[in-house]
Amino acid sequence: MLDTSGRYDHLPDAPGVGYKPQHFTDLMRDPGPVAWLEIHAENYMGDGGRPLAQLRALSEIFAISVHGVGLSIGGEARPDPDHLARLRHLTGWLKPSSFSEHLAWSTHGAEFMNDLLPLPYTGATLTRVAAHIDEVQSALGCRMLLENPSSYLAFAESTWSETDFLKELAKRTGCGLLLDINNVFISATNLGYSPREYIDAFPLDAVGEMHVGGHDEDKDDDGGPLLIDSHAKPVVDPVWALLRHTLAASGPKPVLVEWDNDVPDWPVLRDEARRASDILQPAE
Amino acid sequence: MTVTEAQFREALLDPDAPVPAGLVSATGAPAGARYSVYRNNVTVSLCQALATAFPLVAKLLGPENFAGLSKLYVRQHPPTSQLMMFYGTEFPEFLGGIASLAHLGYLPDCARLDLALRQSYHAADGVALDPAELQMDPALLAGLRLAPAPATRVLRSSWPLFDLWRYNTEAGAPKPRAVAQDVLITRPEFDPVPVLLPAGAAAWLDALARGMTLGEANDAALRDTADFDLSAALSTALQTKSLSTLKKDKTL
Amino acid sequence: MSSTMKTVAIASAVAAALVGQTTTVAEAAAKEKCYGVSLAGANDCAAGPGTTCAGTSTVDYQGNAWTLVDAGTCMEIELPEMADGTPREGSLEELDRDLPA
Repeated sequence: MLDTSGRYDHLPDAPGVGYKPQHFTDLMRDPGPVAWLEIHAENYMGDGGRPLAQLRALSEIFAISVHGVGLSIGGEARPDPDHLARLRHLTGWLKPSSFSEHLAWSTHGAEFMNDLLPLPYTGATLTRVAAHIDEVQSALGCRMLLENPSSYLAFAESTWSETDFLKELAKRTGCGLLLDINNVFISATNLGYSPREYIDAFPLDAVGEMHVGGHDEDKDDDGGPLLIDSHAKPVVDPVWALLRHTLAASGPKPVLVEWDNDVPDWPVLRDEARRASDILQPAE
Repeated sequence: MTVTEAQFREALLDPDAPVPAGLVSATGAPAGARYSVYRNNVTVSLCQALATAFPLVAKLLGPENFAGLSKLYVRQHPPTSQLMMFYGTEFPEFLGGIASLAHLGYLPDCARLDLALRQSYHAADGVALDPAELQMDPALLAGLRLAPAPATRVLRSSWPLFDLWRYNTEAGAPKPRAVAQDVLITRPEFDPVPVLLPAGAAAWLDALARGMTLGEANDAALRDTADFDLSAALSTALQTKSLSTLKKDKTL
Repeated sequence: MSSTMKTVAIASAVAAALVGQTTTVAEAAAKEKCYGVSLAGANDCAAGPGTTCAGTSTVDYQGNAWTLVDAGTCMEIELPEMADGTPREGSLEELDRDLPA
């Protein structure tokens, strides 16, 4: 039975950051406005040692969001039962406030590609992804959030818009959505549509969490803009503006700042969280 | 025109394969460089993972050699698990199979050391054997079963493996001597530490890990190394907290 | 060796090993919350690689050729083929294999 009782629905409507072990001591001493942390599930699937000791200590102070990158929910194959069992073990002892994954695939056959790879949006893929979400939610006994991807290309075969695809998935499975504002900005720029129209078409009622992060700028073969979701820089102003626009429509939500490559010293990330906090405050 | 997962996967790690048809830009043009974003993401992230995973090998070979080798390795051995922390289990054998590295015969063992350090880092927590637990009726000691701690690893090498690690890790450490060295990896708290093992101690720890009694393991170690010194081996194991407590009911 | 002699030998070796071993209690009491910072410093490399949900703008997916250049600390290390004078265990024949394609 799907547990929608709320144990996993309590990330605070406040800023969070993606947790990096090098920030442990500073974060404990001076969290700034940070009320919750997001961890990658796969990095806490070892048997013990410092990662789990740190996570236990952090979970006594901060709400924790478990963010998976390895379930391959958008893949052709069913979610790997061994990996689902590991996730169930982690969420079982940690009792996080949220579990989220991506509308993407990363595993093909026996291989794990360590990247979030795209899928076409068709009736067939919709049915398949919905079945995978059902399987994950029943295995974990909780509602999950599904994140919109950053796109660099499109599939000629797609017949659904991404927003309709996600809306229908939420309707069919009862899952919530994780709205990555930076991904919206990247995909809209790369695929030539309006990020605001995407947000306005997005089922904001189903959103349980938002992401912002930095990206890199590149060019495609024709010299057109190609943004890359590097999480290696500060969040750019247009993405903050898009967050403000979204929160004005949705009301306050948990907002996560992601910084995964070229990770800065703690004060820099804390100040990014403060910016998110400043945008969240007026909405309250 | 559909693009299957297999078709998308095919060109990811093969730079010479064509970009799958059916992947397009906003205007419907072939994806071209847009697809290459995924190629870069996969290749670069896996190569970076290897550099993080094998710091000793990376230092021995230098960044340029390591980067080139990594690219060959990730294409031949993409991860087979979502747990990237354990990526690279075939790397020692891969290094051993490269003809132009044959003169660096110690490289595979150095890669095994890097692997073992990571395994130890993520191994289960445990309570170490307190020396006081061995203060018992002396007649019982030979029949006692001592188990290595979950984070304990033992590497037997025909190369100066400990010296090689130390030379590349500690500032001002002496150059490796031309000797064979067995290395114990132990995790007293949260940081794995390599320790040079006295002769025969690796065979002794192996025997303990296989469930032999202290007496049986001593015999096994003496068969391996005629002048095996149980006192020295046990002393090292106790000091480095490499053995598990006898108190079965105590878990973390 | 008789089994009694063995028992005595083991017992005396254990007794010798116990000399100079300190108890772990005082250490544990003084121990700080060392799960915070690793011995290696703030960047805990010992954890090894993690997963990623971010991409990269580094362009480096091409190229299949590799040749050894003179670099790295291996240049400073000279070890005879058989370091300990005994035949090496492992894969001598494998070393003759060609560079993988």
